[in-house]
Amino acid sequence: MSRNRIFTAPARLAAIPPYVWMVLFFLVPFGFVLKISLSQTAIAQPPYLPVFGLSEGTDGLKASFTALSLDNFRLLVSDNLYLASYLRSVLVAVVSTLILLAVGYPIAYGMARLPRRWQGVAMMLVIVPFWTSFLIRIYAWINILQHDGLLNKVLLALHIVSMPVVWLSTDSAMYLGIVYSYLPFMILPLYATLAKQDPSLIEAAADLGVSRIDAFWLVTVPLSLRGVGAGALLCFIPIMGEFVIPDLLAGSNSLMIGQTLWLEFFTNKDWPVASATAIVLLGLLLIPLLVYDRLQRRQLEAR
Amino acid sequence: MAVHPLRLSRFNVTSLVLGLAFLYLPIVILVIYSFNASRLVTVWGGWSTRWYTEFFNDRAMLDAAWMSLRVGVVSATLATLLGTLAAIALTRGAGFRGRMLMSGMLYAPLVMPEVITGLSLLLLFVALDAGRGFVTVTIAHTTLTMCFVAVVVQSRLAGIDRSLEEAAMDLGRDPLRAFIAVTLPLIWPAIAAGWMLAFTLSLDDLVIASFTTGPGSATLPIRIYSEVRLGVKPEINAICTLIVGFIAVVIVLASLVSKLSSARGESAAPL
Repeated sequence: MSRNRIFTAPARLAAIPPYVWMVLFFLVPFGFVLKISLSQTAIAQPPYLPVFGLSEGTDGLKASFTALSLDNFRLLVSDNLYLASYLRSVLVAVVSTLILLAVGYPIAYGMARLPRRWQGVAMMLVIVPFWTSFLIRIYAWINILQHDGLLNKVLLALHIVSMPVVWLSTDSAMYLGIVYSYLPFMILPLYATLAKQDPSLIEAAADLGVSRIDAFWLVTVPLSLRGVGAGALLCFIPIMGEFVIPDLLAGSNSLMIGQTLWLEFFTNKDWPVASATAIVLLGLLLIPLLVYDRLQRRQLEAR
Repeated sequence: MAVHPLRLSRFNVTSLVLGLAFLYLPIVILVIYSFNASRLVTVWGGWSTRWYTEFFNDRAMLDAAWMSLRVGVVSATLATLLGTLAAIALTRGAGFRGRMLMSGMLYAPLVMPEVITGLSLLLLFVALDAGRGFVTVTIAHTTLTMCFVAVVVQSRLAGIDRSLEEAAMDLGRDPLRAFIAVTLPLIWPAIAAGWMLAFTLSLDDLVIASFTTGPGSATLPIRIYSEVRLGVKPEINAICTLIVGFIAVVIVLASLVSKLSSARGESAAPL
């Protein structure tokens, strides 16, 4: 009993500053996004007609309630530009997550098989690129992928291609950039579950006459599904809202939703539509989170 | 724990080597090309440091770098304070009202697309009629990075044996003093790692800074981004190499700090 009560009162006091900070700078701003997504676009500074002007008293409040409109959301549904961007974001996120899984799994598996003292080193090596700037890592690829870049030079020298290939501003370049940037997020949760697996399970399978490859698919993979879920979620959600990578590496003919939001906000100065875009994106991102939560709960119940 | 790992197959070794090469080669190539004397980024013209000199003469770039460093140090320090307090509250303040909301608010920004975080903070600053610049970017970065600090410190706090603290209290220390005397030294490496992580995240951020900064106070990533959009320039290679080198120094310091202060051999991973 006393074990649970230790330090509780000061801990509650400790909660106050971060609590106030997060309410002020995380929760309240969302209220603003919601509010502005429901207001009208205006050519002004700031470029939206205020809703909920508290200065006019209750009458003003009533008037502003009637001024609320779902026009921005209607626009999102009716205009193909937005639908296409949402669809493209989902597609890119799904495809990238699958590639990440295919690339990350063998690496995580190899790490988990290393002798113990090497595993820490390997983990450091995977984490370190995550610490170096995101933008720099994308920029490094532009260096390599550009028209007279290293990749084309190597391919030409090896006579694999006879003409320089256009890599930049293509979807392949974008997928490459995404896989490169998010690989640590996929590897680490996979490694965490794979490293915990008891090797004697594989030995037992071998004793029962199961081949190494079958044992991998029958034992290792099913037992690592929790890591697969965590890794997929950690990659899928931020990729959905990705802006920098598609902006720098993909072509400009089809946009992801993060790019559309950016465009609406910075170029078209249509803050209400940008806010509505953000609200819908958030709603979409809740789906994988809820599915994951559901799966985890089912796993816990199954025990 | 007499677990002796299974022997590595050729497949394991190949995937490890290829994976690590994939992660590191682009950065290595970038560093090598930053010392290229040729103005054409792709033609090798011998070793030179002229692009570094060019950077140190580029007023706008230097201003942006200085801005980023200031934002990084101030926001990482604030984030470490707030994040550590949050971690203490979450692990020790059993069942305080709003604990669910608190952990929700701390975990959400970790996966939230940056465009949304940036947009929402900007709308707040505009509604408050706050002049955008150093202060607003710092607030935005603190909000994002304190969540990372909280996660790092919390995982360390959760693994600490509370009986030590209880012993100190039995010896007559009040809970706060017992915490400061016993537990704080133990979680110190995690706090340091949290600061470093917050600092590098702040130094790295483009999207949130773009939303929350104002004219005349661009951060380094914003400057680099606008240059990169116009194409590859050797000077950018040099700047990126400097940043990579700087961050490498920070990581080495971080691992040294955690090695030195965790004499018990439980080193805090920097994540």
